[in-house]
Amino acid sequence: MEVIRPADIQEAAAALAENPGAVPLAGGTDLMVEVNFGHIRPSAVITLRRVEEIQELSRRRIGAGVTFRDLETGDHRALAQLARTIGSPQIRAAGTIGGNIGTASPAGDSLPFLAGLDARIELRSAARGARLVPWDEFFIGVKQTSKRPDELITAVLLPEDLPDRQEFAKIGQRSAMVISIVAACVFRWRGGRTRVALGSVGPTPIRCRRAEDMISNERNPGESALDEFARIVSEEVRPITDHRGTEDYRRHSSGVLARRLLERCLAS
Amino acid sequence: MRIHAEVNGEAREFETKGSESLLFVLADQLGLPGAKGACEQGECGSCSVMLDGRLVCSCLVMAVDVDGSEIVTVEGLGRSGLHPVQKALVDSGAVQCGFCTPGFVVAAAALLDENPVPSSDEIREALSGNICRCTGYGAILRGLDSLAGNR
Ligand SMILES: Cc1cc2nc3c(=O)[nH]c(=O)nc-3n(C[C@H](O)[C@H](O)[C@H](O)COP(=O)(O)OP(=O)(O)OC[C@H]3O[C@@H](n4cnc5c(N)ncnc54)[C@H](O)[C@@H]3O)c2cc1C
Ligand code: FES
Ligand code: FES
Repeated sequence: MEVIRPADIQEAAAALAENPGAVPLAGGTDLMVEVNFGHIRPSAVITLRRVEEIQELSRRRIGAGVTFRDLETGDHRALAQLARTIGSPQIRAAGTIGGNIGTASPAGDSLPFLAGLDARIELRSAARGARLVPWDEFFIGVKQTSKRPDELITAVLLPEDLPDRQEFAKIGQRSAMVISIVAACVFRWRGGRTRVALGSVGPTPIRCRRAEDMISNERNPGESALDEFARIVSEEVRPITDHRGTEDYRRHSSGVLARRLLERCLAS
Repeated sequence: MRIHAEVNGEAREFETKGSESLLFVLADQLGLPGAKGACEQGECGSCSVMLDGRLVCSCLVMAVDVDGSEIVTVEGLGRSGLHPVQKALVDSGAVQCGFCTPGFVVAAAALLDENPVPSSDEIREALSGNICRCTGYGAILRGLDSLAGNR
């Protein structure tokens, strides 16, 4: 196995271009599980843990190499909330947001956050430089993205107009170290505009646009509006039944969770 | 490939060819069997070590990625007599088969480095990545609670 230790992102992109099939290694919390179980046998790895450009963290730009541990105390409430639910302290100390995006698991807990805020993913290749891809063009299927083989993920970019309130929660079988059965993010702006995104209830993160339209027109939603909101969310998700939960359970929980988060946004 | 790292305060080097994890290098090449391998998928924490000041699962660290890094294993914590965490666990009788103990010791020591007087809830959260298959959590938490002065 060849090991490439780039000093900066330019070197990393050049290495990836020259070594098709080389695997980027960030925190290793997804990749090493595959390696340990013999599912992947990389011919070359490109280590990213020490590449500084992708460690940057500011209000609207989150470097791909930022760990969930560092996001636990960040500016964005929902992002901090979700970061704290990722695996365990050991996993959060190593696991990065870029790795979460790179794996693109339907249960990746950062994905609903990106979807709800209409984040863009910054990719970089040696041949074409940087490009920005909207989240819904980036995540295209279960563990499938539109990232080209010669591209690295360098950052997540958030829009200028950030919400006044944001909340995240997930449902799992216990309170730590769980893969989400349902994960949800709700964002609300002062004027009423609301965004709702859920994870683990479809091949890619799901935005509930009908529910958003309905509730964005309610300045002070009462019980019946909240019930209606939850009902539409349950309709809009596209879950499957698997060993973690049934389709019905996921539909029901999606509505309950989204409603609860919206209530928290309204109360805070 | 030749890898150089500072392990428990000493400069060490080792040879690694493939994509093996740090866990195996510690035991097989560096004579440090304290970190234990069980799940090899980050779920149990028995392989916990400190890498560049952060608590990680050594089974999820590719050995080639530690060149130039600082590693502290359970052996490094107990070099000058028992570490306070080790003493607390002995006093509370927290060791049954002992397989999980090195991982719990490293995780608890990492917590105390950051937060010398954690609450009971903080202790539980900090240890949420460590599993005891003898299910001896009561004695483990009692030992750490008394070390932190809780109850
Ligand atoms: C015990 C355990 C618990 C977990 N719990 C959760 C959880 O609760 N929620 C959750 O969402 N996930 C969880 N995960 C999954 C994992 O920790 C996350 O997906 C994490 O964000 C992966 O990041 P990493 O830096 O470790 O990625 P790596 O394993 O290093 O990489 C993951 C993939 O992305 C690619 N990649 C990484 N960085 C880049 C880059 N900059 N450019 C291009 N490609 C890149 C790699 O080549 C690889 O294919 C858990 C994993 C374990 C082992
Ligand atoms: S062996 Fe590393 S976490 Fe279980
Ligand atoms: S004492 Fe046996 S695994 Fe914990």
